[in-house]
Amino acid sequence: MLDFMDKIPLAEWTESATSWIQDAFAFLFEPIKSHFGDFMDFISGDLLPGIPPILFILIVAVIAFFVSGKKLGLAVFSIVGLWFVYNQELWDALMSTVTLVILASLLSVIIGVPVGILMAKSKIANSILTPVLDFMQTMPAFVYLIPAVAFFGIGMVPGVFASLIFATPPTVRFTNLGIRQVSNDLIEASDSFGATGSQKLFKVELPMAKGTIMAGINQTVMLALSMVVIASMIGAPGLGSQVLSSLQRASVGTGFVAGIGIVILAIIIDRITQNMNKGKE
Amino acid sequence: MAVVEAKNLSKIFGKNISQSIKMLDQGMTKEEILKKTGNTVGVNRASFSVEEGEIFVIMGLSGSGKSTLVRLINRLIDPSEGSILIDGKELATMDKKALRQVRREKLGMVFQQFALFPHRTILQNAGFGLEVQGIDKAEREKRAEESLKLVGLGDYMHQKPGQLSGGMQQRVGLARALANDPKVLLMDEAFSALDPLIRKEMQDELIDLQSTMKKTIIFITHDLDEALRLGDRIALMKDGAIVQIGTPEEILMNPANDYVEKFVEDVDRSKILTASHIMKRPETINIDKHGPRAALERMRKEGISSILVVDDKRRLQGYVTADDASEARKKEVSNIKEILKTDILKVVPDTPMQEIFSIIYDTPIPIAVVGDDNRLNGIIVRGAVLAALANDGEVNMDA
Repeated sequence: MLDFMDKIPLAEWTESATSWIQDAFAFLFEPIKSHFGDFMDFISGDLLPGIPPILFILIVAVIAFFVSGKKLGLAVFSIVGLWFVYNQELWDALMSTVTLVILASLLSVIIGVPVGILMAKSKIANSILTPVLDFMQTMPAFVYLIPAVAFFGIGMVPGVFASLIFATPPTVRFTNLGIRQVSNDLIEASDSFGATGSQKLFKVELPMAKGTIMAGINQTVMLALSMVVIASMIGAPGLGSQVLSSLQRASVGTGFVAGIGIVILAIIIDRITQNMNKGKE
Repeated sequence: MAVVEAKNLSKIFGKNISQSIKMLDQGMTKEEILKKTGNTVGVNRASFSVEEGEIFVIMGLSGSGKSTLVRLINRLIDPSEGSILIDGKELATMDKKALRQVRREKLGMVFQQFALFPHRTILQNAGFGLEVQGIDKAEREKRAEESLKLVGLGDYMHQKPGQLSGGMQQRVGLARALANDPKVLLMDEAFSALDPLIRKEMQDELIDLQSTMKKTIIFITHDLDEALRLGDRIALMKDGAIVQIGTPEEILMNPANDYVEKFVEDVDRSKILTASHIMKRPETINIDKHGPRAALERMRKEGISSILVVDDKRRLQGYVTADDASEARKKEVSNIKEILKTDILKVVPDTPMQEIFSIIYDTPIPIAVVGDDNRLNGIIVRGAVLAALANDGEVNMDA
């Protein structure tokens, strides 16, 4: 009964579509790969390692101290945690991971916030993009690695690309939600005084939605970090690749240590972005 | 000239509006249209005009369409049919840019839940309307500050709305609307969220402000007492339609139909009625022409025990009592001035009945109602006060 037609060649279609995109947009991918790749190598290879670890740790501690409302807890944790990573000789890997996470998050926010605004403003955009976001979030993250490699080869750039797809949806969703949640009263008030669409957006809607958007950004950063381990499979350097190589060599100890490094980074980033959100309210 | 004029204004929420409009024109009710089409009639062919400088109150219970109607006036909601004229210019068909201009220059709005921007200071809130007009910072802060001082909030400029009480927040709302110096002020249940004492205070203050500002105010409320207190004229709404438009007295005394009558039934009339509504035409004698004999004669004829004395220009001089007059007649006194008493209670025509209560209960003689120059307008007797409260029609509406 069910065999009324042959297997639909969706896999083949996808493949040919991907290779078509790869060829057709090579003019775009190539320069991204080389320039953006150089840029990232510069940050993770020269810029961040150029900062003496002690200075880096202190800067993070000071930021942590101030965003958490001048409490010592997070600052002390940052100092101890980062020192531990340094002590385990994972500092270079940490710098690569930080680069990857920050760049992927930054790009996610740059893309995600405007898309979220678009979704909040346009019913059509909302109904088209909602299933796209669902798709992006539910598709196993490994799947993104395949076209990422096809487009950008191996290394950091495809890692950022894959993280981007995986980590952008929360920012989009929360921006959309935040703007939609602005009370109708305030929208009416700004309309009744003759505010234009962009005045309304920048003077009322975005400031009011800021807390929600920041919660979305926090989620995005966390997802980008979780993508780091996965992206190591396509050659993205960092703590993730340490975990991966431990897995391949079945060495529990080094894997655990690198894992702890990721956890420390995750806690510091999460608390700092969360507190940035709270501090503003 | 009318500042705001609505003609046949309707708003229907739902699909296939034109069909519902036709049904409205055929005179179908809100319920019938809801049943047949599933559409909700927000406002049903409302027509009214608001004159410059008046407080026009739109009142009705919740769901009567009053909030929709006020939003049609500044087109926060687009009308389904009909026209809205602001200063003679049609708003319903105006393009967005021109509409913004009208909103910026002519219309200010105050909201029930204040609708202040919580992320902005009081000063920034008050200056919002000026800010969107692109007025530079120094100028707009100056004007916002003036506006805040006007409502008594000069000292709170750098606080955030969350730090202020409800009454103060609504003052900010009012200041924000006034900062633009709009011609028309739309107040949507502006005082309804405040507790009764603060509400009364705000009402008094609005009346105060209005006496100097002379804005055209369209005030929405569900509270009849508030409507009667504030309104120069009141439009009463039911099911989206305007049932009656009139002065508070007209609404109270000549309700257009059962609905209005039921509505005004419970009103505390003593707050609305004034001396001029309950005074009667007085019996008087002339101080220069009449003597005690004539006075006594008049009193006997009218069956009263005292009579007011006026001069040629009907200026009140005092009163004489029947006892004094008959005494005087026995003693052959001919000049009325010798028995004239001047300890008479006087009120002006605008004195609310509430105040009259407190003075009439222990005075045996009627209260005199006098206008400018001590000129006698009428008298108030105890019976008339009770009659007016009982609403048995014994009131004098042409006063």
